[in-house]
Amino acid sequence: MKNLTDLEKKINSELGTKINSSKIKHNQIYVEIDKDDLIDVTLFIKTNKDTKFRQLIDITVVDYPERSQRFKIVYLFLSHEFNQRMILSYDINENEVISSITSIFPSANWMEREVFDMYGVNFKDHPDLRRILTDYGFEGHPLRKDFPLTGHTEVRYNEDQKKVINEPVKLEQNYRNFDYESPWEGTKYIKELTENNDKKN
Amino acid sequence: MTKKIKNLNLNFGPQHPAAHGVLRLILELDGEVVEKADPHIGLLHRGTEKLIENKTYMQAVPYFDRLDYVAPMNQEHAFALAIEKVLDIDVPIRAQFIRVMFCEIGRILSHILNVTTQALDVGALTPSLWGFEERETLMTFYERASGSRLHANYFRAGGVHQDLPAGLEADITKFCETFPKIINDLENLLTDNRIFKQRNVDIGVVTKEDALDYSFSGVMIRGSGVPWDLRKSQPYDCYNQLEFKIPVGKNGDCYDRYLCRIEEMKESVKIIKQCLSKMEKGPIKTFDGKITPPSKKDIKQSMEALIHHFKLFTEGYRVPKDEIYTAVEAPKGEFGVYLISDGSSKPYKCKIRAPGFSHLQSMDYLIKGHMLADVPAVLGSLDIVFGEVDR
Repeated sequence: MKNLTDLEKKINSELGTKINSSKIKHNQIYVEIDKDDLIDVTLFIKTNKDTKFRQLIDITVVDYPERSQRFKIVYLFLSHEFNQRMILSYDINENEVISSITSIFPSANWMEREVFDMYGVNFKDHPDLRRILTDYGFEGHPLRKDFPLTGHTEVRYNEDQKKVINEPVKLEQNYRNFDYESPWEGTKYIKELTENNDKKN
Repeated sequence: MTKKIKNLNLNFGPQHPAAHGVLRLILELDGEVVEKADPHIGLLHRGTEKLIENKTYMQAVPYFDRLDYVAPMNQEHAFALAIEKVLDIDVPIRAQFIRVMFCEIGRILSHILNVTTQALDVGALTPSLWGFEERETLMTFYERASGSRLHANYFRAGGVHQDLPAGLEADITKFCETFPKIINDLENLLTDNRIFKQRNVDIGVVTKEDALDYSFSGVMIRGSGVPWDLRKSQPYDCYNQLEFKIPVGKNGDCYDRYLCRIEEMKESVKIIKQCLSKMEKGPIKTFDGKITPPSKKDIKQSMEALIHHFKLFTEGYRVPKDEIYTAVEAPKGEFGVYLISDGSSKPYKCKIRAPGFSHLQSMDYLIKGHMLADVPAVLGSLDIVFGEVDR
């Protein structure tokens, strides 16, 4: 489809109930779906001649610990033919297992591994679900909001044991997070630069 | 009598000069033929995304320098553009030209490093010696504008940190005159070099279809004949006012990617020249005092400016609730920032899309069936920098 409004109409009419909501903003289309429709929707947008989202740009997760459906899974697609971008998302609970799209996009392999590593979201039918970015034998999922910024363990070389060991983090001073946010809103307009500023001073 | 032959497992790296950083590549060899490659990454993982979530928008900029550390400003550009789009602010035209100019300098920096080290990997020493001299010149331009050779921290939401110092524009113009000759010298050494061609032609061939499936971008996709460049297709800043060509390869092998990079350097020189001629005196930051810190002169005289300065460097500026993905054409490919702001002065989430990550992922597909000696050649042409792959 040449423009985004046509694309939005097309997706809504073709996929109908599978689309929960869609909007256009920042020259991109944002689509929300249900977890179970992921494979159908990705197959459709990849193969349909009017959408042709042939490239998967990235997969990521947003963590909202206070929500009942904690994780929002986000897929970014790009269509070279129509020069459009789509942001596809759905919400899941903490322990839900979601389907892998490696069979549709081979490049999803590492992206899903990264999501698994960073957020602990599990994928069904993934060929090789291992940790990718963290160290061998690492525990926990660092990008979750409840994972501390300083981490749990630190690595050092132990002279006695003659090997590298993991031990709990010891900090000289606890990590401090200052809240600088002021309760004031500030002006909405941009102050004009006036020549007579000097006179006031 | 039958003899049992077992495949050999070979650890390539993490300390290997041709691994371009800390890559541990586990290769399964049948004789000298690679059967399987399993890259282990993450040895340089620093948790950049987590750190950014805990910093204000202004404090987050230096982390972008440390991703792809051979072309730092291109990364900052993506982040600055993302914030600007959410805040809906305009960038003064001079700032746009300065940013584009430094992005193209970054592209040359990155391509020199890649082309010459790729040559080094396949046995040619001289190009790297010649190329690095030019890189040093370019990095002094970085230093004069931003104060540091590598980790510039120069781009801001709404412009750049400070104006160019006197004389820099003239020196960059001078560089643009002399640099094409250096590219020609490099080409004399490599382009028709028999050994270089033997090592690169028909090695690591990527078809158009696979380039799309494996999420390739940048030179990796253009080398396979897909004319796709974000500077042309989704122009940002002032790229739509500049004239340049997008070199596209034919065969999708390592040699075509090398040629693309050489041609791109020539185009970058043209872009820098155009920026310099079109640049006029003017502001280099947005006037919005809620985003731009007041000038030093104002701080000495105005109480309000002092307060603004203090608030900007402690609280930072607030970014309204939004969700956005912005991408730029970094030297290595599509570098993107997926930003979620929640109305506070820190990003709620900032996912960095690094081109090298998806390129390295295809290592198994690229190298299967090739000889062990082709591994450095393919790895070199992927243009991997571990700062951005591991984040």
